[in-house]
Amino acid sequence: MERIALLLDQLGRSTLAISEEAGRIILFFLSILAWMLRPPFKAKNIFKQMEFVGVKSIFVVVLTGSFTGMVMALQSYHGFKLFSAESMVGTTVALGMTRELGPVLTALMVTARAGSAMAAELGTMRVTEQIDALYAMAANPIKHLIVPRVIAGVIMLPFLTVVSDFVGIVGSYVVGVGLLNINSGVFVRNIIKHVDTDDIFNGLVKAAFFGLIVALVGCYKGFNTRGGAEGVGKATTEAVVLSSISILVSDYFLTAIMF
Amino acid sequence: MIKLIDIHKAFGPHKVLKGVHLDIEAGKTTAIMGKSGEGKSVLLKHVIGLIKPDAGQVIIDDVDITKVNEKGLNEIRKKFGMLFQDAALFDSMTVGENVAFPLREHKKLREKEIREIVAERLRAVGLSGIEDKMSSELSGGMRKRVGLARAIAMNPQIVLFDEPTTGLDPIMTEAINQLIIDTQNNFHLTCVVISHDLGSIFKISHKIAMLYEGEIIEYGTPDEIKASQNPVLVQFLSGSIEGPIKIV
Repeated sequence: MERIALLLDQLGRSTLAISEEAGRIILFFLSILAWMLRPPFKAKNIFKQMEFVGVKSIFVVVLTGSFTGMVMALQSYHGFKLFSAESMVGTTVALGMTRELGPVLTALMVTARAGSAMAAELGTMRVTEQIDALYAMAANPIKHLIVPRVIAGVIMLPFLTVVSDFVGIVGSYVVGVGLLNINSGVFVRNIIKHVDTDDIFNGLVKAAFFGLIVALVGCYKGFNTRGGAEGVGKATTEAVVLSSISILVSDYFLTAIMF
Repeated sequence: MIKLIDIHKAFGPHKVLKGVHLDIEAGKTTAIMGKSGEGKSVLLKHVIGLIKPDAGQVIIDDVDITKVNEKGLNEIRKKFGMLFQDAALFDSMTVGENVAFPLREHKKLREKEIREIVAERLRAVGLSGIEDKMSSELSGGMRKRVGLARAIAMNPQIVLFDEPTTGLDPIMTEAINQLIIDTQNNFHLTCVVISHDLGSIFKISHKIAMLYEGEIIEYGTPDEIKASQNPVLVQFLSGSIEGPIKIV
């Protein structure tokens, strides 16, 4: 009986802690929105973050997207061959990339790269009093540090997803047509026939939402770091884990709504 | 000019400030000393509104900053400059960008004017020509001096110093002490210095306050402090491990 009581107590505490954290993140997001709309607008900071989040993630996104497309082509080929439907490999990869794998895998890669960097950089600024220095100089850290990162996340994830989708489809073409001898014309025609603009557009809407998650969680964890170097490490790890889980969970709900 | 009235602050169960009363004179340097972990930095952060007290008032030029909104607090903060313990320079910016930051944030100046002010402030702290260096390339003493240049960039009325000489060698300590004295004289500043470096405190201060167990137990000129018979003060100034101050 005591064990059950302890278990329930732990469950209750965990639920309260999660609810409190969720509430704090929502309040943090609302303050970001408020500062986003207040001039002056620091375009230089925004472009700097867009370069960091977007341009510098291209290599890892290309790598991830292309190999995902290639593996999908390989794996789906064997299943489709049982029904003599090899020509559908391209369509399957294209639909899979544009609707799901492009946005999700891109977001997960950017979380690992840029989301963790945001948490680490802001966490270090917090523990070395650089954020306090901003307040002391009557400058708002949300305006200077957080808003540019969130804008960069929301804008650049869709662009990176387009790159991922494209290289994924190209990768599947190389494997499907080059290695597995699927007819090139049939491969491409089926993609054009079965992939709608809605598939691409909804995938990009997901990507923008995931971009918001990556930046918001990374910035929140970094901004609220406590406890020196250990705290920075903890914040970085928590940012990646929370961001990744949030992307996967929200992907389900977005898919259910949009598709 | 600056009044701290009955300031109380606790972090969880740990009570740091238990009713601090302090009047800081305008145009003078006031040092707040005490042993490590006593709450000196916490008290200093109350003065500029980085920490809000659980009870009590912080009055800056007749305005209680514990009751103003963020906009009002930012207007008050423009009267301040602050040198943090490790200077808190922005890692992603050069020395010149760091010193220029408050000017770009609050003044509508042309780039040429900003560059001139930055050069002048760096000259005042003995660091001419290093505008293009990154803060990570600087030694501890250089970081403190750049931090001071940034703190005085906007011609503040009040400058706060959080442990300005901690971690510095004796020669650099003396250089920073002299810099604080010269800056206070040249710019007619009100300075509040937090330190446990007795040599520096007695050299630079017009008034000294002793923080002990969350309260100011003594406040006076350096000579009055040296002459005090308060056993806590006597033990602290002598550096003895025997006395009312217990080593935790």
